[in-house]
Amino acid sequence: MQNKPIQLAALAALLAALPAAQAQDANALYVRSLAANCSNCHGTHGRAIDGGVVPGIAGMPAPYMVNQMKGFKTGTRQAAVMHQIAKGYSDAQIEQLAAYFAAQSK
Amino acid sequence: MQRRSFVQGGVALGVLGLAGCATTGTPSKARVLVVGGGYGGATAAKYVRLLSDYKIDVVLVEPNDAFVSCPMSNLVIGGSRQIGEITTPYTGLSGKHGVRVVKDTVAGIDVAKKTATLASGATIAWDKLVLSPGIDLMWDSIAGLKDANASGRILQAWKAGPETVALRKQLEAMRDGGVYAITVPEAPYRCPPGPYERACQVASYFKAAKPRSKVLILDANQDVTSKGPLFKKVWADQYKGMVEFRGQHKAVAVDAATNTVKFEVHDEVKADVLNVLPTMRAGAIAVRTGLANMNARWCGVNFLTFESTVAKDVHVLGDSIQIAPGMPKSGHMANSQAKVAAAAIVAQLNGWPVNPAPMINNTCYSYVDAKNVIHVASVHQYVAAEKTFKTVAGSGGVSSAPNELEGTYAWSWARTIWADSLA
Repeated sequence: MQNKPIQLAALAALLAALPAAQAQDANALYVRSLAANCSNCHGTHGRAIDGGVVPGIAGMPAPYMVNQMKGFKTGTRQAAVMHQIAKGYSDAQIEQLAAYFAAQSK
Repeated sequence: MQRRSFVQGGVALGVLGLAGCATTGTPSKARVLVVGGGYGGATAAKYVRLLSDYKIDVVLVEPNDAFVSCPMSNLVIGGSRQIGEITTPYTGLSGKHGVRVVKDTVAGIDVAKKTATLASGATIAWDKLVLSPGIDLMWDSIAGLKDANASGRILQAWKAGPETVALRKQLEAMRDGGVYAITVPEAPYRCPPGPYERACQVASYFKAAKPRSKVLILDANQDVTSKGPLFKKVWADQYKGMVEFRGQHKAVAVDAATNTVKFEVHDEVKADVLNVLPTMRAGAIAVRTGLANMNARWCGVNFLTFESTVAKDVHVLGDSIQIAPGMPKSGHMANSQAKVAAAAIVAQLNGWPVNPAPMINNTCYSYVDAKNVIHVASVHQYVAAEKTFKTVAGSGGVSSAPNELEGTYAWSWARTIWADSLA
């Protein structure tokens, strides 16, 4: 996404107006809402439901997730659906998602 | 939080059992009132609680005892699933997340006073209102339909529940060699591929149990509105001679005595089982309160927050909204929108700026028989310059062909999103 640097700059400007602790909380909220994009299929907080065939992603090591997502994007990893979804997220967003889910307990 | 809060009037305190609230030591606890417990409302209720670390009070007003999913309800009609398998109680929201679930309907909203009046007469004050009332079926768009439906003769089964089961019973009672006809309203309507999936489900049942029967799709639109090439191939290959699609068939009247549907242009059609879907608009409460400001049918929203364009602090979700380009009226989309709205509400109630770059996605699976599935997926980003969501270039797509693997994904998707919304 070519407009991503602009969006990040706008975000930094917005948060600069807040006290540091609040800026941190607000930024964490944005990341949590981004990560909620995944929970429709992978479960709330990335924790899969019992007996589901779609894997949980909570606690997945960040470098592994980044690799998989990039594989889906570039086509080196085949998928039924994820190759189409992964292409919708920027590399920066994928890094944020990977860090978030790595920090979630399984 | 700068918001004042709380219930105005002791009646609501009693009804909601909020007595304990006043003693928590939080001087001003904000309250979000959610109207409607479908994919949008249930998810909003849960995620306002989650994203506020359980600091914001949430009340959900919903008339039904349990949530019955529209996605997967075509499988009940096809006979491969039972209604109980697509039903989820609201006890997860109340028990696990502290959402106060009130079994009632909202009779009126006062945007200036920030209150809602319930049908039972109680009044609830809110700091933020989330309206997710789903669709309203415009019975008057087809002459005779309201009475034909009320008598149980001509069903819609588009709002999943008792009619889903009743339609299945009509199909079971139908003779071999009979005709099932479904009419499709002009887009936009809830669940674009739904009518075509339903045609496949009925055909799948007929093929096994009543092979001389026919399925007619009588569509007000020119062509199949979703997954067109995939559905048409299934009809031509798997249900050859059984399923027939007729475009530009806008239903204008029905005759329940003869089970006949009349069209604007084409000849009338008589069927053994007639399944008529009228034109749709935003849920009745949204229309009644003037929030459906787009052609008096859909609710305009600010896509950064899903706040109504005509009412401050009122957020509208799901099938009721005037959609952004490429944004389907689907359960998955309502769940996604609810999370954007929940995060915006939490930010606003904290006095923080809202996320300037929200993302949402959609995955929609359609069963072409009991096991094989096709999907359509999309990813949408907020584009600040155009103040709307647009699909991310290069993302999304459809299945190459129906397959069983996606059949397992589809059922897993359903169970997961029910849990993500309600448990």
